[in-house]
Amino acid sequence: MKYSIFSLARAALSGHKNWKPTWRDAAPKDRYDVVIIGGGGHGLATAWFLASEFGIRNVAVLEKGWIGSGNAGRNTTIIRSNYGLPGNTGFYELSMKLWERMEQDLNYNAMVSQRGVLNLYHSDAQRDAFARRGNTMRINGIDAELLDQAALRKMLPFLNFENARFPIQGGLLQRRGGTARHDAVVWGYAHAASALGVDIIQNCEVTGFTRDANGKVTGVETSRGNIGAGKVGMAVAGSSSRVAAMAGLRLPIESHVLQAFVSEAIKPLLPNVMTFGAGHFYVSQSDKGGLVFGGDIDGYNSYAQRGNLPVVEDVCEGGMALIPMIGRVRLLRQWGGIMDMSMDGTPIIDKSPVDGLYINAGWCYGGFKATPGSGFVFAHLLARDQSHKEAARFRLDRFQRGAMIDEKGQGAQPNLH
Amino acid sequence: MRITCPFCGERELGEFTYLGDAKPQRPAADAGEDAVYDYVYLRDNIAGVMSEHWYHGGGCRAWLKVTRNTLTHEISAVEAAAGAGAAKVGA
Repeated sequence: MKYSIFSLARAALSGHKNWKPTWRDAAPKDRYDVVIIGGGGHGLATAWFLASEFGIRNVAVLEKGWIGSGNAGRNTTIIRSNYGLPGNTGFYELSMKLWERMEQDLNYNAMVSQRGVLNLYHSDAQRDAFARRGNTMRINGIDAELLDQAALRKMLPFLNFENARFPIQGGLLQRRGGTARHDAVVWGYAHAASALGVDIIQNCEVTGFTRDANGKVTGVETSRGNIGAGKVGMAVAGSSSRVAAMAGLRLPIESHVLQAFVSEAIKPLLPNVMTFGAGHFYVSQSDKGGLVFGGDIDGYNSYAQRGNLPVVEDVCEGGMALIPMIGRVRLLRQWGGIMDMSMDGTPIIDKSPVDGLYINAGWCYGGFKATPGSGFVFAHLLARDQSHKEAARFRLDRFQRGAMIDEKGQGAQPNLH
Repeated sequence: MRITCPFCGERELGEFTYLGDAKPQRPAADAGEDAVYDYVYLRDNIAGVMSEHWYHGGGCRAWLKVTRNTLTHEISAVEAAAGAGAAKVGA
């Protein structure tokens, strides 16, 4: 169905009893032109762009759980394009531009809110590094503003400017950054893709690949039977290594748990997304009023979707150092998601060495903001067999070629990215 | 998650730092680029029981080899890592 003010009024007058499911819960057919493994944001966005931009509509998205059960519903909903390295800068801005038109494209309210993303700096050296990153962004046509302490005091008088160890000197602000309602993003892509004929198949776990005599992937084995495919794309985040292993591949990826948190709802407090520059802490306030925040990954390999207490303590200390008054707010919920941490902190969007299998992985904990861009460039790769120019550096073989994109400069230690 | 250090006893997780999978072995100097690429970048990323290196920086500062299930976080064995200096001290 098409959503509009009229559909809303009609539904309201009939007591909201006549809403139809927003996408078809399809049963698998025998064969598709493209099968996408993973019904998260990236997989659904890929399917939608395949159908809407590249004219490939005989597409299935296979999800082992239900739509929204994985990282799509576990992230901290932040969108931004404030990256400094070639490869990242252009790609994330492509994604940002797609966020800005997503709701019109999909006919779905994803509550995209460009409330600004502010990275705080706490030393002269950090200010210089942020100025450099801001300049890189501006040279590439992306908005960035370096604010001093006086400007921040007007905007955010409650910050702990006089912290003895980490005084806040200023911040780098991207006003076009912000948040989006993460569940609505997957629902919206599912809604729009389904309307174009994409089959969204839930509770369908891939258990293996079918291959021909030359080793080419010809389809997938699933918990709901074999499904033939012209091409198979995998967008399975923390499960990337497990799915790749079914095709005999090892990836430059480790799976780690990242925790996220939400407080009880309070009155409007935080006008934008802000990050603490002296530790690792990022926070925004949801439209329901809860403070949504997170920090570092736990730091050890995990597929458990739950973390441990040292990181909870570390994240809360970061919050207290930045905004001491949030110590009065009670923590409501905390959860974990499994991150596909790549060896340089940058994603991989490429053909795999196995003919017919395409990889979209290695998102670390930056996957949510990349959702529309990832879907677009992966659809481009699947449709045309060549990388989109903004994803041309996200190659699987970059580690062999020494062409890593290491935004944090941490080296091949995934738990530090 | 708590780790029972063979030297210090059961300690909280915050005392330990994680390195990663204990399986990759540094290739010989003349092993070639592919072997080095495999060692530095490729991982089995096991979903299940895995042997891994942890450093007890908040305690005895020994490198430990911990056998842990990545699906449940259950730890089944902890021993001193081979060649660790602290292992000799403890012996």
